[in-house]
Amino acid sequence: MEPSDHLFRREAGRMVATLTRIFGVHNLALAEDVVQDAFCRALEVWKFRGVPENPSAWLMATAKNRALDVLRRERTARTFAPELGRLLESEWTVVPAVQELFGASAIKDDQLRMMFSCCHPRLPEEAQVALVLHILCGLSVSEVAGAFVSAHAAMEKRISRAKKVLAGSKKLFDVADAGDFAARLPAVHRALYLLFSEGYHGASPESAVRADLCREAMRLAALLREHPLASTPATHALSALMCLHAARLPARLDSSGDLRSLFDQDRSQWDAHLIAEGQTLLDLSASGSDLTEYHLEAAIAWVHATAPRAEDTNWAAIVSLYDKLLAMRPSPVVALNRAIAVAQSEGPRRGLEEVRAIAGSDRLATYPFYHAALGEFELRSGQPENARKYFLAASALARNPTERRFLEQRIAACKAATPQQVA
Amino acid sequence: MSDFLYLYRGGVMGSSPEQIQQTMQKWMAWFKQLSEKGHVTHPGHPLEKGGKVVKGSQKTVTDGPFAESKDIVGGYTLVQARDLDQAVELSKGCPIFEGEGVVEVRPIMQMNM
Repeated sequence: MEPSDHLFRREAGRMVATLTRIFGVHNLALAEDVVQDAFCRALEVWKFRGVPENPSAWLMATAKNRALDVLRRERTARTFAPELGRLLESEWTVVPAVQELFGASAIKDDQLRMMFSCCHPRLPEEAQVALVLHILCGLSVSEVAGAFVSAHAAMEKRISRAKKVLAGSKKLFDVADAGDFAARLPAVHRALYLLFSEGYHGASPESAVRADLCREAMRLAALLREHPLASTPATHALSALMCLHAARLPARLDSSGDLRSLFDQDRSQWDAHLIAEGQTLLDLSASGSDLTEYHLEAAIAWVHATAPRAEDTNWAAIVSLYDKLLAMRPSPVVALNRAIAVAQSEGPRRGLEEVRAIAGSDRLATYPFYHAALGEFELRSGQPENARKYFLAASALARNPTERRFLEQRIAACKAATPQQVA
Repeated sequence: MSDFLYLYRGGVMGSSPEQIQQTMQKWMAWFKQLSEKGHVTHPGHPLEKGGKVVKGSQKTVTDGPFAESKDIVGGYTLVQARDLDQAVELSKGCPIFEGEGVVEVRPIMQMNM
């Protein structure tokens, strides 16, 4: 039997979460060592004997046995999870206690507990996301650095600082406290949103890496939905938005590996199953009185997903959703996306006006698609010479070869176009 | 056909879950190929890192062996090959080399005189 893709990575998050629950958050490093040790054992045994029938259970059982070894050996030298009190101290109670802590529902709660703990208010957002990826998704420091196109040393510093804050927080987050839970939930949503966005829009040149990030964000969002306190309208909206965007992933690159904009993607390649799931989740999100940015972004993605062709898109609806989104979360990137929608419904000249009116557009100066949008509007207004300059600026800012190739094709399109007289 | 023992020494496997899994998949692929061609007599066993060392006429027992990790025997496999040359050739597909490890190829002495 072959192990399934990313089996170890997936199990790593579950195992670390459960072991940290047992050892206490201050012993996070010990939990990581035990996981590493279990993986080494699996490697040694499986490479000759093949993968067992239920590899996840095998790994968990190995982690459980190692945990018992550690608890017995270091009982006097260390203190373990204070929440578990004296259960771990006596030989009479330690085995049943650990047995129960490794039960299926406990493991699920442990992952949630870890997710909430990683979104500690003392940590900056990007550190929270890095920590989630490292601890719960089992990515090594260099894999996280690769996903964020950041230097290994910088990422190492960020993650080890974040771990220190986490380990110093004395206790894991208490998922049973409804008040704390509701207060921390928005931060968790935000971290998962950023994780997904990094996969969807990020700079990593490898689309496989980016799709992985999207999948991980969706897996963690699904875990949230299973918990009664976390299964809120905002959680459903966030999940809907992930599904509806992920549905478009297969069409983002064409058969020759070139980037396709939303306007000229082959929509038959969109994942109908994910669109349907997104729709169901969006319906579930429509309860209660809270309208979140996730609701609005999911609704925008839904309008796109249900348009059979780009020209069938209800751009007016999209512009009005962007208006609401801007009122809720003013951001130059959102304003840029709104301007693109305006250009679609009212023409490229209106698009240009809208882009020029964006407050804080200097923050977009290093974003290649800001210049590309201007180029697109100029090109469509019959000004290929102006357009070319914008696309050149965009291509100088391209973050990876795929983006560069896409922008070079736009530059070539400008050369081929004939200028029109401005009336 | 003659019998040989592969002794595996050292070799690092990478530190991230993904790397460990990839190392394992390479080993499984190599091993499957060896087995399908009928070269594996016994897959052998992995060995725990530490144990006891009993030594000398005094039969002194110490913890160990505390060799450097690159020299520690991590496991063994019994294989069949035409001759030593072929056994060596077959060992070259072993993924242990990517982690700077060693395969010792030792002919097993023939007992039937």
